[in-house]
Amino acid sequence: MSHSENELAELGAAFDANVAQEKKIEPKDWMPEAYRKTLVRQISQHAHSEIIGMQPEGNWISRAPTLRRKVGLLAKVQDEAGHGLYLYSAAETLGTSRDQMDADLLSGKAKYSSIFNYPTPTWADIGAIGWLIDGAAITNQIPICRCSYGPYARAMIRICKEESFHQRQGFEMMNTLCRGTAEQKRMAQDALNRWWWPSVMMFGPPDGASQHSDQNMAWRIKRFSNDELRQRYIDMTVRQADFLGLDIPDTDLKWNEESGHYDIGEIDWDEFWKVVKGDGPCNRQRLAHRTKAHDDGAWVREAAVAYSDKQRAKQRQHAA
Amino acid sequence: MSDDKGWPLYEVFIRSKQGLAHQHAGSLHAADDKMALENARDVYTRRGEGLSIWVVPSNAITASSPLDKDMLFDPADDKVYRHPTFYDVPDGVETL
Ligand SMILES: [Fe+2]
Ligand SMILES: [Fe+2]
Repeated sequence: MSHSENELAELGAAFDANVAQEKKIEPKDWMPEAYRKTLVRQISQHAHSEIIGMQPEGNWISRAPTLRRKVGLLAKVQDEAGHGLYLYSAAETLGTSRDQMDADLLSGKAKYSSIFNYPTPTWADIGAIGWLIDGAAITNQIPICRCSYGPYARAMIRICKEESFHQRQGFEMMNTLCRGTAEQKRMAQDALNRWWWPSVMMFGPPDGASQHSDQNMAWRIKRFSNDELRQRYIDMTVRQADFLGLDIPDTDLKWNEESGHYDIGEIDWDEFWKVVKGDGPCNRQRLAHRTKAHDDGAWVREAAVAYSDKQRAKQRQHAA
Repeated sequence: MSDDKGWPLYEVFIRSKQGLAHQHAGSLHAADDKMALENARDVYTRRGEGLSIWVVPSNAITASSPLDKDMLFDPADDKVYRHPTFYDVPDGVETL
C-alpha cells in the first residue's frame, strides 16, 4: 500500500500522538518504517540472546552436583528456549521471517548479547550467571513490559514472570557455595570476579555514546537510559554480595552519601567493544555450535515436512 | 540452511481455567497440526497455564484492517440508547 505525502504526514502524526498517550501499537497498525526496523533489530537480537544464552549453562546440565540443581538448571535452560521462541514470534508480527532471522544469526549479521561470549569453567559460574546475568536481564526487561509495541510488551510480561526463578536459583547456588568449605567460597568469589564487569557492561555503552537512545525513548521502546538501569543493577547487587560475604572486584567501589547510590570504578569499554566486534573468548565457539545444531537438525525438519505432506495426501485419498 | 522449507505459522489459544474462554497466547511454527499442539504445550504451558489448547494456522484467520476501524466501529459510538444509563429510573424504584 502506498500513501501520498499528505497521508503519510497524517499517519505519522497520529502514530506519534498515540505513542505519546501510551497507546499500544499492534501488528497491522501503520508505523514508521524506522520504528519497524528498530523493533525487528531489537527483538530478534533479544531472541538470539536467549537462544545463544542456553550454551554456557547447558554446558553444566550433565554435571550438576545434585538432582535438585539439575532439575532447576534444566528447567531454566528450557525457559530460555521458550523466551527465544516468544520473541521470534513477536518479531515475525513485524513482517520478518524466522528463516531470515536464523540466517542473520548464523551469518554473523545479527548480534546477540555479548555476555554469552564468556566461558563457564566451573560450577560456580552457573550460580553467578543466574544471580548476576539474569539479575541484570530482569533489570533491563521490566521496563520493556511497557513497550509501545503490543506483541513485544506481551512477550516481555511472560518472560519477566519466568525470570525471577532463574535469578533465585542462581543466588541459592552462590549462597550454598558461600556457606560451604573455604574452597567452595573461593570458587564463588572467582566466579563473581569473572562475571562482575561483563554483567555491568550488559547495559550497553554509557549514555553519551549510545546510538539509538533518544529516538527509542520517544517511541516508548526504551524507558530508562543505559546508565540509569546499570546503576539500579549495581545498587541491588552490591547489597546481595554483602549478604553472601563476597567482594565486588572493584577497589573504587564506594557508597555515595550524596547521590544515595554506589559509585564504581572505570569500565573497560575497550573490552566491551572487542567482544561486541567478535573477539571475545567464546564468540566463534558459540556461533559454530549454533550452526552445527542447525545443520544437524536439517534432516529432522525435512522429515517432519515429508511426513506431514504424506499425511495430507492420505487424508485427501480418504476423502475422495 | 537457506534451502529449508519453512514450517507454517500457527496461532495458539489457551484456556487457563474451566469457565474461561480460550485466549490468544502467541504463535509458533510447526510442520503439521499435531506438532503445533505438542509444541504449544511445551512453549506456552510449562507451568500449568493451560487446561486446553487450540492451534489455528495463522493464514486461516481473516482479520479486519485497522484502516477500516472507523467504518466498522464508529456506527456504534452514537447509539447511547443501547446502554442502560440512557433510560430514566424514577426515584423509589429498586432492583431495576
Ligand atoms: Fe530469558
Ligand atoms: Fe533467564
